[in-house]
Amino acid sequence: MTRYVLNRVALGLVVLVGLAIATFLIIHLVPGDPVRQALGAQAGPEQIEQVRDQLGLNDPLPAQFWQYFSNSATGQFGDSFVQNTPVGDLVGDRIAPTALLIGYGLLVAFLIGVPLAILAALKPNSAVDHAARLVATFSFAMPLFWLGLVLALLFGLELDIFPVSGYETGVGGILKTLTLPAVTIGLALTVIVLRTLRSGLLEVMQSDYIDAARARGLSERRIVAKHAMRNAVMPTLTIMAIQVGFLISSAVVIEQVFQIPGLGSLLVESVERRDYEVVQTLVLLAGATVVFVNIAADILQAALDPRVRLAGR
Amino acid sequence: MSTSEAATRPLGAVARPGRRARSRPATPVIVGAVIVGLLALAALLAPLIAPYDPNEVDFLHTSESPSWSHLMGTDDAGRDVFSRSLYGLRLDLAIVLFVTYVPLPIGVLLGSIAGSFGRGVDSVMARVADVMLAFPFFVLVIAIIAITGPGLKGVLIGVPIAGWALYFRLARSEMLVLREQPFMLATTGLGYSRTRAILRHAVPNLWRTALIYSTLDMVVNLLLLASLGYLGLGAQPPDAELGSIIAGGQPYLLSAWWIATLPGLLLVAYGVGVGLIGDGLSDGRLRSASA
Repeated sequence: MTRYVLNRVALGLVVLVGLAIATFLIIHLVPGDPVRQALGAQAGPEQIEQVRDQLGLNDPLPAQFWQYFSNSATGQFGDSFVQNTPVGDLVGDRIAPTALLIGYGLLVAFLIGVPLAILAALKPNSAVDHAARLVATFSFAMPLFWLGLVLALLFGLELDIFPVSGYETGVGGILKTLTLPAVTIGLALTVIVLRTLRSGLLEVMQSDYIDAARARGLSERRIVAKHAMRNAVMPTLTIMAIQVGFLISSAVVIEQVFQIPGLGSLLVESVERRDYEVVQTLVLLAGATVVFVNIAADILQAALDPRVRLAGR
Repeated sequence: MSTSEAATRPLGAVARPGRRARSRPATPVIVGAVIVGLLALAALLAPLIAPYDPNEVDFLHTSESPSWSHLMGTDDAGRDVFSRSLYGLRLDLAIVLFVTYVPLPIGVLLGSIAGSFGRGVDSVMARVADVMLAFPFFVLVIAIIAITGPGLKGVLIGVPIAGWALYFRLARSEMLVLREQPFMLATTGLGYSRTRAILRHAVPNLWRTALIYSTLDMVVNLLLLASLGYLGLGAQPPDAELGSIIAGGQPYLLSAWWIATLPGLLLVAYGVGVGLIGDGLSDGRLRSASA
């Protein structure tokens, strides 16, 4: 197990370094000058040069990369030259709403998706199964921001159950302000949970060991909950880890729809303010989150399933 | 189309239509094709069929609810929402065609090269693709827009930069199987150059999966483009774009719900149409490849 974990972490570190290089190259090689954009049309060439010097943008690329890389690795993200605030502080202030939104969204997805998947898998081609398929087709096609607006219109404005914008802290405040956004993200994710868990369960329920469990006279409930789920949940776990990128992207849009002051709205504001240092940090943070979650999912899978951790021995 | 080829096909790839499928496509496929066809036609012919000029303001008829003269109502400046949506769909689909079909051949070519060489070349290219796929796609495109400034230029650069990796992965995994096939082994035996073997013999066998997958990719890119427009980072006013039309209607959600909600139906319809085609052709397998 230790060997497996070390192996995964090492691979993840390689991908992280790759991410840092890719972020750097993309930001520096795409045509356009962030300084010129930030200072606006009135800025003279000397002024632009001065800011570029100050930011080290006139140094040779490898030197700039080393600067960026060593700073990122030690957690020093520098100051935002547009706002004169440390980037770390800007990001830290905004991280809680986004984390809560994503966590809440996941919770909604599992609360709706898991029972539906079990129902659909136990009775294939039943009404539940067909309904699930129909919902899946629609949800694949729906832009999240649009779904969010429709939910805001129905539950916020017409029925007046939830506020349609803003963010409050505390358990009550979170339930009040984050429920609609989390349901929006959750509904999109539900479909993925439902599809993968349903097909996983369908496959597992046909295996010999389930027949054996039935022959031993175990109740159907116990068979599904204790025997089938443990194997069926594996592909869902993998797919959900892959979906972290989707979750982060959805948070960006949904925070804008419901005016939640999280990392997503910080990203959009920073693009509008041409605050490229904040953008660079947020992109790296998003990429790193995906890598970490995937490592965690791999390790969790190995912990649950001895076949994974013993493979390749 | 030998049976061994079907057996060695990588997981998630789509079975090619055999004799059974050719006889008559399933009903969902036809319904889906009709929806997608109608929408594409409407977008293409927008200047002919749109009842009003998309940017014509009419302060005598602001925020009117949907009626026969204004199918989707009018917005706060009296512009016809239906006409704007048609033009918006036209712009969106044109951009989406570009950002989907520019990276496709690049990805397929790189994938077939990686799969053909194997070893060092392959593992380096595969890691680069993995890194591109590890990024949240949307965030990456936004980062590129931060450099180019809001507007379609950032979309046109940003989406292809990340988009090739998907096609690379599809083509590479097929190539790994393909290169062991007798006819590919024969190209080496016959002394063909590797360039000829890849371009003339491998690529014609690889592009079909990529093309089928690209219809789904178009939906993903369409939603991405509309989301960027909604955030104000995509198409800039006065261009009509579906995402920005919806964003423009959000402040009037209570007084004029149709501005923000009805244009979204075009996006939903397009995606449902493609989903029905994909589902019918592959019985769900195609979609799980995108998940």
